[in-house]
Amino acid sequence: MTITVNGTVRELTPDVLQKRLVEYLREDLDLTGTKNACDIGACGACTLLIDDLPLKICTKRVHEVAGKRITTIEGLARNDGTLHPLQQAFVDHGAIQCGFCTPGMVLTAHAFLLKHPTPTRSEIRRAIYGNLCRCTGYQQIVDAIAAAAPYYATHSQP
Amino acid sequence: MADLNKPAWRNDAFAKVTGRTRYTDDLKFPNLLHAVPVYSEHVHATLRGVDTRAAAASEGVVRVITARDVPGTNRFGQIVQDFRVFADDRIRHNGDVVALVVAQTRDQALRAAEMVRVDAIPLPSVLDPEEAMKPGAMLVHEEFGTNIINTHRIRRGDIEEGFRVSEVIVEHEFATPWVEHAYMEPEVAVCQVRSDGVMEVYGSMQHPFSTRRFVSAVLGVPLADVEVIGTPMGGGFGGKDDTAAIVCARAALAARLTGRPVKLMYRRDWSIRESYKRHPYRVKYKMGLTRAGRIKAVHCTIIADGGAYCSVTPWVTWRSTVQCCGPYEVPHVHCDTFGVYTNNPVTGAMRGFGSPQVNFVVESMIDIAAQRLNMSAIELRRINMVRQGSVTITGQKLDNHTVAMEQVLDAVLRETDFENKVRTCPRGAGHEEEQYGIGLAMSYRGVSLGAEGVDFCAAMINVQADGSILIETGIHENGQGAESAMMLIAARELGVAVERIRYRRSSTSVIPDSGTTVASRGTIMGGGAVTLAAQDLKQKIAEAVAPAMDCLPGELEFRDEQIVHPPSGRSTSFDKAIQEMFSQKRFPHAFGVFKAPTVTWDEHDGQGKAYFTWVYGCQAIELMVNRKTGKVRLLNAVAAHDVGSAVNRAMLEGQFYGGMAMGIGYALHEDLEVVDGRIQNANLNAYRIPRAMDMPEMKAIIIENPDPESPSAAKSIGEPTNELMAPAIANAIFNASGKRHFHLPIRCVPEG
Repeated sequence: MTITVNGTVRELTPDVLQKRLVEYLREDLDLTGTKNACDIGACGACTLLIDDLPLKICTKRVHEVAGKRITTIEGLARNDGTLHPLQQAFVDHGAIQCGFCTPGMVLTAHAFLLKHPTPTRSEIRRAIYGNLCRCTGYQQIVDAIAAAAPYYATHSQP
Repeated sequence: MADLNKPAWRNDAFAKVTGRTRYTDDLKFPNLLHAVPVYSEHVHATLRGVDTRAAAASEGVVRVITARDVPGTNRFGQIVQDFRVFADDRIRHNGDVVALVVAQTRDQALRAAEMVRVDAIPLPSVLDPEEAMKPGAMLVHEEFGTNIINTHRIRRGDIEEGFRVSEVIVEHEFATPWVEHAYMEPEVAVCQVRSDGVMEVYGSMQHPFSTRRFVSAVLGVPLADVEVIGTPMGGGFGGKDDTAAIVCARAALAARLTGRPVKLMYRRDWSIRESYKRHPYRVKYKMGLTRAGRIKAVHCTIIADGGAYCSVTPWVTWRSTVQCCGPYEVPHVHCDTFGVYTNNPVTGAMRGFGSPQVNFVVESMIDIAAQRLNMSAIELRRINMVRQGSVTITGQKLDNHTVAMEQVLDAVLRETDFENKVRTCPRGAGHEEEQYGIGLAMSYRGVSLGAEGVDFCAAMINVQADGSILIETGIHENGQGAESAMMLIAARELGVAVERIRYRRSSTSVIPDSGTTVASRGTIMGGGAVTLAAQDLKQKIAEAVAPAMDCLPGELEFRDEQIVHPPSGRSTSFDKAIQEMFSQKRFPHAFGVFKAPTVTWDEHDGQGKAYFTWVYGCQAIELMVNRKTGKVRLLNAVAAHDVGSAVNRAMLEGQFYGGMAMGIGYALHEDLEVVDGRIQNANLNAYRIPRAMDMPEMKAIIIENPDPESPSAAKSIGEPTNELMAPAIANAIFNASGKRHFHLPIRCVPEG
């Protein structure tokens, strides 16, 4: 059994398969960008991408995603360390305050823009419906996602 | 002053957007133990004992801690020392912690926590604050002899005369609910004993100095033996003060008793169960006016449910009292305010701090009165609102800063075309399924702590030999961008690029105790201290370089990374000037202290200069009310606030939008359900904060009137934005449906 995390293939031992996925990522792999804020899949802070689809993973065990390709927030920036245009848009539009929702929010938006590169603002709001933010009122998050959309529309592998 | 065209800037954005920021739970410690709290089923009970034997024998458990294990004091509080680190004599609310289980793994600690047995005899609980105030009521704290935590009052003019000369009297009762802060990061602390014996505390808290006081008291050690280290924090909104400090103290105690690093990370349901909330208020409000629309008298009684412990209830209710008539001149005022103990969830500081409740009342009353007078609610506001030189209901003359009440009102009216739109509102008439409404509310707000407490703040600027700059202040980064604001203020004052500056992670062992980062005081107090430190540093640099530039120190200006002598055109670079200082054996190091100007307060009549300066704000909202479903659909929201001077425009706008969102939650969504003292909706699926689709498009109008009392010219924004949406929405719903709502959150009842 293997799992691909941010492009790296990892072997899964039987004891790891039974672990909570959020603990495997945060403790075993030290990928602490994935947050756990409610334990019941209600807030979206733990969202990551499984085969490019967003999933709230705080209630999941590792075996439930074995064999899949996982992208965490640490895997979104370019290999040379520069920000993905969506991340840059979050920075430039003031879409980040405390930052606790940011990883899940960015990944949800990324998955959405991959499929819908020319969204309306109301479609963006619907896409991030499951990701709670208490700081921003979502206004600048929607601004950032809208600003990043043209990049997705004009690139074949965004 | 902020550049409109520049993209947003903050020092921690890159780390946050890439997931690299290390919040407390992300820190790694070798040999770490995990702690979990143990609650009881009770709401009010006499605690006879806690049986920890089975839990202590459970696999992986290292220690089970109860009140008996506390070496210092078990009781703590910022005002009244009634909080318990662990329940000792009684259980006073359902969130009281009776024990802490410390184990090798979190799962082991969780399993063992189930095995702790609580021996307690239930007591009758007192859950209604008005009942709790009556003589003979069950006492929450017997030693105080009463359930009344505090009273405040205002006696201004002659209240009987005020109602005698009034031609119209409007009288209503209002009620507001508990509100959960719902910061995205629950409480968490990691503590370890350093080799020199000092307890190191990392935690999600917004008051490192109070946390240090608490930890040192619980451990029974001097303040210098506790170092609280500022750690990135996932939101606070006033909620990470007392409870967060208690969480840190428990983790510190566990680290002391086990000799190993201990993490105490809260689950969301524990966080909601135990942490303090915004106070529910009941307000009886009577307003007398002349037919011409002049408010003559206000009589009000405010009762705040303080829950089981005092926390900052006296301060919260003080602000409510000072601001109980809104931004209006009223000659005759009689106000009585009570903070009351009950066995309900604890209440304390939350963004707004006593203003969201009274603003909902006052700004609803203004619209109700205008309707009674058959007058425009805007006209009624104009007749009564504070202007330059006005005297507040506590006798404070507003003459030391720009009174921008009318300016913010006009800005919102213009932006929304309010007065034309409000005329089209049906107020329940007509047959459309969805009815349109627009409404607004406005407020003034005293800046910082006011007469609540001693108010001063420190900042240090330490320029390194290569010209790079370290700054540190007593203000804490709660997520709002405080560090970035301090850095931008320093850069502006020193005339250098902000990229030179690093904000030093703050430590209670380095910077002096500067109070807490609450009360929207971060920018004005921290920014004031940074400005004064920068001015001191410039003086030192100027003295060092002036002789070589053949001029007087006072003639030099700092701009564009240069130190310039304008009359001669001579200049030297900032870097060279710093090198020159070191060669002269002078440190380019400065310490700034901003002391809030003096305020005065007479508790007997509630008169005095309550705050050293004020901010002014106005918010409007457009919405649709669906008659059949009762659903409220928000269309568009606009806010104008006077901020003194804008430091970081995008972050400032973020404060507008975030505050408005929380205000919308207060108006329409958020309702902590407490039944017989027990919270029913203790997670984010059931306690509903606004989601992206609930929010309208918002516009922020930034008004700048530099404040002479503020060294940086900037004032406050965090809380003012959070205190107006509820009444604006209530007024808009009335203008749509013709129905007036006196309770929050507003539930529109479907017709037919």
